[in-house]
Amino acid sequence: MSDILERVRKIVIEHLDADPDKVTEKASFIDDLGADSLDNVELVMAFEEEFDIEIPDDAAEHIQTVGDAVKFISEKSA
Amino acid sequence: MFNLEGKTALVTGATGGIGGAVARALHAQGATVVLSGTRANVLEELKAELGDRAHYATCNLSDPESVDNLVPAAEEAAGAGLDILVANAGITRDGLLMRMKDEDFSDVIRINLESYFRLSRAVMRGMMKRRAGRIIGVTSVVGVTGNPGQTNYSASKAGMIGFSKSLAQEVASRGITVNCIAPGFIASPMTDVLNDQQKDAIMGSIPAGRLGTGDEIAAAACYLASDEAAYVTGQTLHVNGGMAMI
Repeated sequence: MSDILERVRKIVIEHLDADPDKVTEKASFIDDLGADSLDNVELVMAFEEEFDIEIPDDAAEHIQTVGDAVKFISEKSA
Repeated sequence: MFNLEGKTALVTGATGGIGGAVARALHAQGATVVLSGTRANVLEELKAELGDRAHYATCNLSDPESVDNLVPAAEEAAGAGLDILVANAGITRDGLLMRMKDEDFSDVIRINLESYFRLSRAVMRGMMKRRAGRIIGVTSVVGVTGNPGQTNYSASKAGMIGFSKSLAQEVASRGITVNCIAPGFIASPMTDVLNDQQKDAIMGSIPAGRLGTGDEIAAAACYLASDEAAYVTGQTLHVNGGMAMI
């Protein structure tokens, strides 16, 4: 779990050029980290690549925070 | 100006008059080009003519799977991601609406419009990552003006314009532009078969008093593909000798 969190944080920090201190589990990509809707799509695609999983569109819609992503990926790769 | 050195371009319909001219022009500006079409022997000839920095990948645009495979195949052939997509391939199945068969309509939409969607989607991932890209759809003046006997063709070409405007808005912030070129009457095997009476009628509607050339379309493609055109997106560049001023 902590490994997944770190990998997700790394992607988010790199992609959004975000301040690492702000990239907490509760951080919302759009509200807290300055992402737009296209960034969300790119993040989801980056998660798919990093973790070699598929994230369907209806699930992707609900991935709004770092924690959401970690939770989905943990369940998917468990 | 309009230097394309270091860029890689995919040109569909490269076996045709306009597509061949576009491929030659992009190549002359320094781009690596991947030629696509259905006829391997014609592609091979053009590749040989261009020499270095030229590759080809065959594709049947009526087959969705073949279309989806084209971009990965082109990138593998070129050994680089695609910076420029010129979706030029298209077909006509002319006929008055009252006599038009279902497949005359659906084939034209699938090959002209759906393949544009599929190719654009396929190049987008790489372009988004690189924060740069040029998508150019070769549409037609009839997509804007209409033309009797071409409900299917003009719908597909108008569709390309609407598609490009929407996509242009989606990806503009990522340094990717999406534009169309709308040729008018261009001298090609397609216009060679017209009889004198038909040609006279066409000339009468063109203020420039002549058909256009593939090179004149290719010049527009070089401009839209260039770094200098970074601030031009969602546009349709009409190259038609003044036959429609829009």
